[in-house]
Amino acid sequence: MVTSGDAYVILPAALDGLIQALRADYRVLGPTVQASAIVYDELTGLADLPRGWTDEQAGGHYRLRRRDDGALFGYVVGPQSWKQFLHQPVQPLWRARQSEDGVTFEPPPTPARPLAFIGVRACERRAIAIQDRVLLEGSFADAHYAARRAEAFIVAVNCGQAGGTCFCVSMGTGPKVEDGFDLALTELDPAGEHRLLVEVGSERGGRLMAGLPQRPATAADRDAAEAAVARAASQMGRAMPAVDVPAVLARNLEHPRWAEVAERCLTCGNCTMVCPTCFCTTVEEDLDLAPDQAGRTRKWASCFTLDFSYIHGGSVRQSGRSRYRQWLTHKLATWHDQFGSSGCVGCGRCIAWCPVGIDLTEEVQAIAASEQG
Amino acid sequence: MAETGTRPKLAVWKFASCDGCQLSLLDCEDELLAVAGAVEIAYFLEATRAEVAGPYDLSLVEGSITTAHDAARIKAIRQASKRLITIGACATAGGIQALRNFADVRDFISIVYARPDYIETLATSTAIAEHVKVDFELRGCPVNKHQLLEVLAAFLRGRQPATPGHSVCVECKQRGNVCVMVAHGTPCLGPVTHAGCGAICPAYDRGCYGCFGPMESPNMAALNHWLARLGVDQPTIARLYGTFNVNAEPFRAESQRHGG
Repeated sequence: MVTSGDAYVILPAALDGLIQALRADYRVLGPTVQASAIVYDELTGLADLPRGWTDEQAGGHYRLRRRDDGALFGYVVGPQSWKQFLHQPVQPLWRARQSEDGVTFEPPPTPARPLAFIGVRACERRAIAIQDRVLLEGSFADAHYAARRAEAFIVAVNCGQAGGTCFCVSMGTGPKVEDGFDLALTELDPAGEHRLLVEVGSERGGRLMAGLPQRPATAADRDAAEAAVARAASQMGRAMPAVDVPAVLARNLEHPRWAEVAERCLTCGNCTMVCPTCFCTTVEEDLDLAPDQAGRTRKWASCFTLDFSYIHGGSVRQSGRSRYRQWLTHKLATWHDQFGSSGCVGCGRCIAWCPVGIDLTEEVQAIAASEQG
Repeated sequence: MAETGTRPKLAVWKFASCDGCQLSLLDCEDELLAVAGAVEIAYFLEATRAEVAGPYDLSLVEGSITTAHDAARIKAIRQASKRLITIGACATAGGIQALRNFADVRDFISIVYARPDYIETLATSTAIAEHVKVDFELRGCPVNKHQLLEVLAAFLRGRQPATPGHSVCVECKQRGNVCVMVAHGTPCLGPVTHAGCGAICPAYDRGCYGCFGPMESPNMAALNHWLARLGVDQPTIARLYGTFNVNAEPFRAESQRHGG
């Protein structure tokens, strides 16, 4: 009997069994190599995983690199997050048709099968929790997000290494996934006795685990897993300054640094698109050439666009300075007031995928340092 | 469906251009019948020789002004049109042929034509909006057919068209593309370019060519600084901006400043 809280060891080949078992009931999504990056897409088997690949990341820089071992999860995080699937970039809302009998509304199609995510990192699991808070709790639960989130099966992966743009340790969000998973993997010794420690986090995770070839984890396995996570924790490429960030930002809304960063900021919106917690959307009218039909579609929006702050008379945030400040102060400061936590999980995507490499930890550091005189 | 005669009268006009934007309308195969049902196609020589006299409820104008004859013709069209919408980079910015604005057009004429003395042309290629009042400008080289239909639908419903002025990056990420500049080091104009194409080129691992012209708040200096870091030299930067929207600020200024 496999129960929650137990830990087991499986061989890499057993992951294929895991994927196949999940595929019976779920649409299985996980890491795979596409367009010279590790992206999340549908998995059909073990061979789809990025075996032997890693990523090199810095401000405005991402490169896929070969590893000298056969690690399956030997990379950090890629361009997309699970937001791509839970809070979709383009979400049809409804279609309506007018006839002699009146107007009838059609809801959008719901996902045919629940989603299973393989390879959810600690920062990403935290990001999902933040989007749960935003989109499911409070007065306006998002039905579309809820439908995709409800049955989602989560196979987490603890990080055994960190990237140049990672700073989860300073955000308190990783590199170990503490909870909210069905199964959590830690990849051990990919260059030698390659195996995965599997922690069971739910009953359905336990049922799945029981069907795989496995053995109970030994103390040595657990020690190796702890060492792997400790190694990742020691490799963080960045750190959020250890100051009261909301207070520092709130005191410095007119700081000259905002104008300096605006000189570099493209106001392109990439940071908000890749951020796993940014949730803003806009609603567009569907093409309505036929007079008896109408519809609405929701799309990801960004606080870096002029439309975002458009009200009667024009856009409130005209300058790049005001738009960058809005994004950063919401993410790191007013998010606390609104949702009870920071909106940042330290995944570093906004740094790596900013086309000009703007680094929010560096911006906070510059402002915080100026206060110390 | 409205009876013939009560539908809005649509005219499609051509100036200096390649016809690609007009073709985008004919290319709306699935929606063409809906368009024909919603408007009366009164003047559209690319589709039919039949001409219905003006005035017109809506004129779509393709192409730029490059001759004195066309400069006069657009004024007559404006007078005959309740609403006038320009479609494509030629009409909204002067097009690729606006490269003549930065050289002596007589040099081109002498190279291109066997009998230069037959050619009467202006020294510049300019956007329609520099000659007459334009009610809406639809960007692109060519325009995106979905956006063209959106503009027609918005006109018919009396609402604003949804043609956002933000960067191509927003569309690129919505599409799920991997950023070609960050992941491959490929120079890309997406961050300074107006959305609308659906990020076609990055979807095929190419950098954005800037076909839709400058986005709403382009930071040229910041992008150029990064392009230089990627190893793009000054003449190449000039050429990147010196294409279909070379006469649209600030692409014009950057192209000139880098030696275009």
